[in-house]
Amino acid sequence: MPEYLVRLAQIHETFRKAELHALAELAGVELEIVKYDDDSPYCIVHLPSDAAAKQVASRAMLIQGIYELWGQGSTYDEFRSNVTETSSTKWPTYQTSTFSFRIERYRGVQAPAEQTRAIIESFQFLGFKGKVQIKNPEASFRIFEEYDLDAKEPKYLYLGRWIADSGRDAKNTYDLKKRHYISTTSMDAELALLTANIAQAAPGKIFYDPFMGTGGFPLACAHYGAVVTGSDIDGRSIRGLGGSARRGQTGKKNVEMNFQQYGLEGNYLGGFVSDLTNTPLRLPSSHGVTTETDFAYLDGIVCDPPYGIREGLKVLGSRETLLPTERATHAAQYRTEGYIPPKRPYSFTALLDDILTFAVSTLVPNGRLSMWMPTANDEDVELIIPQHPCLELTSVCVQAFNKWSRRLLTYRRKRASEIPEGALEEMAKRAYETGTRASDLNDFRRKYFQGFREFEDMKKEFIRMKVGAGVKQEEARAEADQIQEAKVSAAEKAELAKKEVEARTKDAEAAAVKAEELNERFNAEART
Amino acid sequence: MKLLTLNFLTCAIKTCKTNASSFPLHPRDAELEIQEADVNLPFLKNILPRLMWEELRTICKELGLPDLPPTPPTPTDLISGGNSTDTTEGRTQAEQEPSQTAKDLHRVLLETCIQEGKLVCGCCGHEYAVKEGVANFLLPGHLV
Ligand SMILES: [Zn+2]
Repeated sequence: MPEYLVRLAQIHETFRKAELHALAELAGVELEIVKYDDDSPYCIVHLPSDAAAKQVASRAMLIQGIYELWGQGSTYDEFRSNVTETSSTKWPTYQTSTFSFRIERYRGVQAPAEQTRAIIESFQFLGFKGKVQIKNPEASFRIFEEYDLDAKEPKYLYLGRWIADSGRDAKNTYDLKKRHYISTTSMDAELALLTANIAQAAPGKIFYDPFMGTGGFPLACAHYGAVVTGSDIDGRSIRGLGGSARRGQTGKKNVEMNFQQYGLEGNYLGGFVSDLTNTPLRLPSSHGVTTETDFAYLDGIVCDPPYGIREGLKVLGSRETLLPTERATHAAQYRTEGYIPPKRPYSFTALLDDILTFAVSTLVPNGRLSMWMPTANDEDVELIIPQHPCLELTSVCVQAFNKWSRRLLTYRRKRASEIPEGALEEMAKRAYETGTRASDLNDFRRKYFQGFREFEDMKKEFIRMKVGAGVKQEEARAEADQIQEAKVSAAEKAELAKKEVEARTKDAEAAAVKAEELNERFNAEART
Repeated sequence: MKLLTLNFLTCAIKTCKTNASSFPLHPRDAELEIQEADVNLPFLKNILPRLMWEELRTICKELGLPDLPPTPPTPTDLISGGNSTDTTEGRTQAEQEPSQTAKDLHRVLLETCIQEGKLVCGCCGHEYAVKEGVANFLLPGHLV
C-alpha cells in the first residue's frame, strides 16, 4: 500500500492515533501506522489511495494535512537519494503541472531566504518544467525539516505531495469565546470535536449525551452530521435560565440557540431534563442481547459525566426512605411551580456502572461510548477503567495536567456473537458487590478531589517557588505552614504569594506568570 | 422536542419500564410547532428499522396528525423513483432524492415539535410536563 505522511498537530498527543484509527474505520479504509512518535508531528501511514487519505484527514482535528510520501532521510544526501528511489516513477506525472515547493521547519529557527531557495533548487532533479504557482497549483510539494530543540541541523527530513488539509479549522468556528451559550464546565471546542471524531459521529447516525450541560458534545457531533439529543439533571442548563458563563451577556440563552448559531438546528432533536439513574429512555436490551422486535437505537453516546469533584455527585432520590407522611407531601406538591425533587449523594463507580449498563442497553452493535473520566496522577492509585463484557475498550486517551489528568475512554458495543458465554451472569454477580466497591472509590474521590490534596500540592509548589527564589527550604516550609495556619482568605494567600515571589525572583516576569498560575489555583480552591 | 424523540422515551419509573403500556408516552394538551429543516435521507434510512411503527402511529393519531401508513416504508420507498429498481442501484447516496414518503416521514418525525403540554405514562398515569419544548422527567420524591 502507498505511504502517506501525516502532518499531525503537536498537541493532545495520546489522542492522535485513536483519532486516526477511528476516522479510518469510519471511512471504511484500511490504515496502518508505520512510524509514530508522541514527540513528533510527523507520522507515516499506509493507506490504499489518495482518496482514502483525503477521507481520513478531511475531518480530523489533530491532523494538519496529509501528503503522499516522496522520500525521507536523516541527512540531505540520504534524503535526496531516497526521494529518487521512492518517487522517480511519479515524476513524469507532474512534469508539466503548475506547482509550489515549500519548506516547513519543525522546532527549527527561520532560515535566511537564500538558504531556503538553495535547498529547493537542489531538488531540480525532479525535473518539473511547469510554472511555479503559489495559489492553487496543480501539485504542491513540501519539505519537512524536523529539529531537536535548539539543534542547528535537522534530525530528519521528508518530502511530501499535498493531498488534503484537515478539519482542524472547526476548532475556531466552534471556539467557546464565540459560542452563544456556554457554562463554566463547557469543554473546549477542540476536545469536544475530537471526542465526536473518536466516537465516529457521522451523517445518518444518532448520538446522545446524558450530561449535556449547554450542549457542547451534541453540537460537536452535529457538526459531523449526526442527529443528536441530550439530557441533563439541571433543566436550567437546557432551557437556559441560568444565563451564560460569559461576562456581560444577558438575555435569552439556551442550547437550542447554540444549534441555531451554527445552522445545525435541523440535527437537534431537542433536550430533556432527566437523571441517568432514572432515565426515561427505552432500555431495549438490558441483558446485552437485542431481540428482533426490541432494537437498540443509539449509534453513539458521548459525555463528560459530573463526577462531583467539587460539590459531590447527586442523583434523584432521598437520603433516607421517606415516611408515609413525607411521601404524601411530595405527591401533593410535585405539580406546583418551583417544586424541587429531592436528590441524594451517589458514588463515582455506581455512576460509571450506570453509564456502561445504559450504553450496553441502548447502543447498536459497533456503536461507541466515549466518556471522559478524571484520575489523579499518583502511583498509589490504581487506574480504574470500568469494564463490561458487552463493551470492548477501543482507546484510552490522556490529557495530563499538573496533578491530575482526565482520560477519554472509548468503548465499542460488541455484537451478540462476540459476547462470551456466562459473561453476563458474571456481570450480575459483580453488580451485587458494588456496595463495597462504591464506598472504596468514594474514598478515592474524597482523597484526591476534595481540597486536601489540592492544598498540599499548592503548598509544595509554593515552597518550590520560594526555594527557587533563594529562600531556605525550612524557611519556605515554615512560611507555607504559617499561611495555612493563619487561615487567611484564598485571595489574600494568593496575593501574598505573588508579592513574595515577585520580590525575590530575579526574573520578575517569569515569577508573575508562575504566581498567576498559583493565584488561579488558590482561587479555584476558594470557590469550593 | 421533535416527535422522533417519543420513539425513544418511556416512563422514568423503573417498575413501569417492564410494562408494555408504559410505551409510548401519550401527549396531552400538546401545542405543536413546525420547525422546518432539510430532509436528511441517510438518517431516515438508518433510523427506519429502529422506529416503533405501531406506537408512532398511535402518537400521530392522538395528536390529530395525518395517519402514518399501516406498515413501515422500506428503504427504497424513501428514494424518489425507488420502485423502478434499475435506476437507483447506480446512483450514489448524494444523488438520491427523497420520495414523498420520505418527506412525509421527515415532516412528522423531524419537523413537528411539541412545545408545551404533557406526556402521560399509560401504565402509572404519571404526567411529565413539557415547557418551552423541553420535557421534564425528574421524578418527585415519592416516585423514585
Ligand atoms: Zn409510569
